[in-house]
Amino acid sequence: MTGDIIIISAGSMGIIGAALSLFLAYADKKFKVEEDPRIEDVLQIIPNTNCGGCGLAGCRMFAESVLVGKVSITGCVAGGQSVADALASYLGVETQTANKLYAVVLCRGGEKEAVKSSIYKGEKTCVAANFTGGEKACTYGCFGYDDCVKACKFDAMAMNDNGLPVVFYDTCVGCGACARACPRFIIEMHDVSHKLFNYCRNKDKGAVARKVCKVSCIACSLCVKDCPVEGGIEIIDNLAVVNYDKCPQDTDAPIKRCPTKCILYDEEEKITKEFYYSTLKKTAA
Amino acid sequence: MDVILIFISASIVNNIVLSYFLGICPFVGVSNKTESALNMGLATTFVMTLTAAITWPVWTYVLVKFNIPFLQYVAFIIVIAALVQFVEMFIRKSSPHLYRALGIYLPLITTNCAVLGLALFMVLRDYNYIESIFFGFGTGVGFTIAILMMSGIREELEYADVPPVFQGISITLIIAGMMALAFMGFAGLIR
Repeated sequence: MTGDIIIISAGSMGIIGAALSLFLAYADKKFKVEEDPRIEDVLQIIPNTNCGGCGLAGCRMFAESVLVGKVSITGCVAGGQSVADALASYLGVETQTANKLYAVVLCRGGEKEAVKSSIYKGEKTCVAANFTGGEKACTYGCFGYDDCVKACKFDAMAMNDNGLPVVFYDTCVGCGACARACPRFIIEMHDVSHKLFNYCRNKDKGAVARKVCKVSCIACSLCVKDCPVEGGIEIIDNLAVVNYDKCPQDTDAPIKRCPTKCILYDEEEKITKEFYYSTLKKTAA
Repeated sequence: MDVILIFISASIVNNIVLSYFLGICPFVGVSNKTESALNMGLATTFVMTLTAAITWPVWTYVLVKFNIPFLQYVAFIIVIAALVQFVEMFIRKSSPHLYRALGIYLPLITTNCAVLGLALFMVLRDYNYIESIFFGFGTGVGFTIAILMMSGIREELEYADVPPVFQGISITLIIAGMMALAFMGFAGLIR
């Protein structure tokens, strides 16, 4: 009797399944959508990681758009110059120079620098911590959890011993996934030619900002005066903002007198992945 | 007459979203724009009507007849999954624009608990075939009404000054709760 039920169950489900799959197979033939065969070829050329750096919904969408000329061949930021060249030769058009971007974490207030004002026992993600404000007294800085590192699909970020994310300058492709993952918008995408950064997003007045973090921007405007070009650096919302169109990127003159060392000339700050794992991690261990 | 009562009951009085709280995922996910909300509602209505039309014979002539009612979840899910696949093919062929607008929420109709819930309610309440079809259609219309109203409110909400804590999904769920409260006014109109 029990055996009967098993056979009947399996049989009836099998028949229902078979009938529906036959119907679907017929419908698939009937409603077949003609697709450009070149889409698959383009997908082979681009990294196909669905990083979202191009701003389109996935790599397939990028492939469709690039074939009809809606986006430029340099649109794939993760692929960079090599993919732009490959796409150019595949499509038979002239190659263009791709702008290389990379992510910059604009906060240096880690465990050692930032003042903690509260205890946070919730979920250890930045998005969750953003509801309550996290542990640190600074309401603009990094939470110190790893939402951005998790968002990176290219293994180009890690949390350092100071509880801050570091970007590996050589591995970062500039897709911007980390910048979108950060609830406090402290990660910005910059062109590789940019070297002078104000590593602070604290918009409070100097006296307040100085209390919550050792490396906060207090808007003293010394860097504004020291910048060789007028208007190269401006104070906006109690923050020194570098104007990359005007301010020369080949001198470290503006950062010399910075009292909190929040504005930095970034040549040494650009860490490669190899350097991080071979040197920095080893000394820490 | 019964059929009309069942239709009104399913679409307004016992609204699947606002009274039973089923199908919240697309209700929150696709209610950003009125146009895509309407299309999502129509696609779901289509799937629901067909689900009712197909699961009823499957239930009556297979599951009840062979005395294997415990397989109802499996059988219903197979039917729903196949129907959603069919709708997806159809929409992709007829309107690539709509296909893109609905995105991931189109295949996710499969896992929309409102569709499975409809099939299970239908069995539970012992409807006959005609009643089942009207119940399925009414539930779909109810879902469409709910998601359309939600999208209208959310479009207006773009201009509202929402406190930062409530922005996004939070305010949407709060509004859904208020809408559910308003819909309780219909309760008791029809059983």
